[in-house]
Amino acid sequence: MIEERFDAIVVGAGMAGNAAALTMAKKGMKVLQLERGEYAGSKNVQGAILYADMLEKLIPEFREDAPLERHLVEQRFWIMDNRSHVGLHYRSEDFNEERANRYTIIRAQFDRWFSSKVREAGATVLCETTVTDLAQDAYGRVIGVRTDRQDGEIHADVVVLAEGVSGLLGTRARLRERPKPNKVALAVKEMHFLPRETIEARFNLNGDEGVVIEAAGTISGGMTGMGFIYANKECISLGIGCLVADFQRTGRTPYELLDRFKRHPSVAPLIEGSEVKEYAAHLIPEGGYKAIPQLYGDGWVVVGDAAQLNNAIHREGSNLAMTSGRIAAEAIFQAKSRRLAMTKENLALYKRMLDRSFVLKDMKKYKDMPRLMHTNSQNFFLTYPQLISKAMQTYLRVDGTPKTEKQKSTLKSFVNARSWIGLFGDAFRFARAWR
Amino acid sequence: MKVERSVRVEDKLFCNRYLVDAGRPHIKVRAHTKPSPQLLALLKACPARCYDLNDKEQVEVTVDGCMECGTCRVIGEPTGDIEWGYPRGGYGVLFKFG
Ligand SMILES: Cc1cc2nc3c(=O)[nH]c(=O)nc-3n(C[C@H](O)[C@H](O)[C@H](O)COP(=O)(O)OP(=O)(O)OC[C@H]3O[C@@H](n4cnc5c(N)ncnc54)[C@H](O)[C@@H]3O)c2cc1C
Ligand code: SF4
Repeated sequence: MIEERFDAIVVGAGMAGNAAALTMAKKGMKVLQLERGEYAGSKNVQGAILYADMLEKLIPEFREDAPLERHLVEQRFWIMDNRSHVGLHYRSEDFNEERANRYTIIRAQFDRWFSSKVREAGATVLCETTVTDLAQDAYGRVIGVRTDRQDGEIHADVVVLAEGVSGLLGTRARLRERPKPNKVALAVKEMHFLPRETIEARFNLNGDEGVVIEAAGTISGGMTGMGFIYANKECISLGIGCLVADFQRTGRTPYELLDRFKRHPSVAPLIEGSEVKEYAAHLIPEGGYKAIPQLYGDGWVVVGDAAQLNNAIHREGSNLAMTSGRIAAEAIFQAKSRRLAMTKENLALYKRMLDRSFVLKDMKKYKDMPRLMHTNSQNFFLTYPQLISKAMQTYLRVDGTPKTEKQKSTLKSFVNARSWIGLFGDAFRFARAWR
Repeated sequence: MKVERSVRVEDKLFCNRYLVDAGRPHIKVRAHTKPSPQLLALLKACPARCYDLNDKEQVEVTVDGCMECGTCRVIGEPTGDIEWGYPRGGYGVLFKFG
């Protein structure tokens, strides 16, 4: 048993946990951080795009030594059917700036570096330690944790639950519900290694410039889901994720989906000849604003994916995790410096601060999106991509058909597939959810 | 119940690093005579294909290739079909890239 008493215990050394532990340690608090992996990052999976702004707020000079892959100069969105893709590509020289806005990273390496900063700031970081339970007093107040390492409890004024999407501790202690099949997506991902020059040639890149591709359409077979392809220095991250409820409903296998994505004629040439060095799987919270649980209570706060703070529409998660971790830490520090107890009342400050940040504002903006996407998945992920692809093909093929006829037949195909009411309804619902 | 065999998951898992905690599986299937729909769903939904049928048509789990994603927990824990936890600290999958 660790006899020492800590100001705060942070469970998890992912994006949220590291941000929280770093912020509190920097302010001179006595912090213990527990991570079940062999090292920080050994259990974590991400695409991965790193948003610089949120990290800069924690470590302003991170560009000096963080393991960054490429800074992004180009973003592609692909709407795919089985043989084609319609793409929107945005590339700008403006992104070739000294303090780039977005980078690709490799999570296992990045988390390790992030964790070294937490240690430097003075926190005690214990890896290879799975926290098995929260310790609660007779009133249900959280007073510490129990681990699989030594018998006995470790006590602290407050526990920061940064345990990621599965969030076993919080659900076991009934602080929140366990994630439901229609509120989490399962993503599978592979790391494809290729020579640097090959990647740069295939993605049209100079030096450390990077490109990311987000893809949706028939690749998810009518399920709510998306694929991604991110260029790193010497490898390509490629993956696809769909709602667990959809996998359950359709009986499709994740690996078959991933393989179909890889074999797609728009994707295959990008990874041809590559060596796969890792296959990973992870859940992503997709429930949106309405799935956010109670965020604080007596002796605890919850941050990051464990709190469902994930913006699936914009594919942002790690930045919300970092920001919620930092804000929770700042709220805890404020309470501590005013000598307030870590009660539910006093920790409510965390929620108030989060409400004012982009985190909950963004989440709220898309509060109706998850339901719309889930209940209309056939239309959004099968019917429309096929129609759009067909329309593009009709438009581009020069075959002597007058243009007016082409437009008519395209319109007819949309109306036949969805009916006027269906089309207007979809457009209206989409616009309302996006607003 | 036919499980997708066209993709060899074993080959995929082969490139991963694991530290298997022999004799201490972190996931257990509740004893049953006839599997529930949830249990059967795991045969396909598990990205590491850890679930399989034995010769009595019951669902079994072998956690050696488990990536600790939590999918089977989300599907199978509410019905009591499985008991789900994390491996002991340091054990299990070890992502080099993640
Ligand atoms: C395939 C995929 C692609 C993604 N792409 C992007 C992207 O491009 N950009 C982006 O911003 N976000 C992306 N995300 C989301 C992002 O990864 C998450 O939002 C982010 O990692 C959440 O951080 P976290 O700290 O809350 O959780 P995690 O990073 O999951 O960290 C949780 C940590 O807690 C530890 N832990 C859990 N339970 C215990 C316990 N009981 N005891 C001890 N330790 C424990 C875990 O080992 C882990 O280290 C993606 C996610 C996935 C799966
Ligand atoms: S946690 Fe994921 S990989 Fe492990 S057995 Fe369950 S579904 Fe399979």
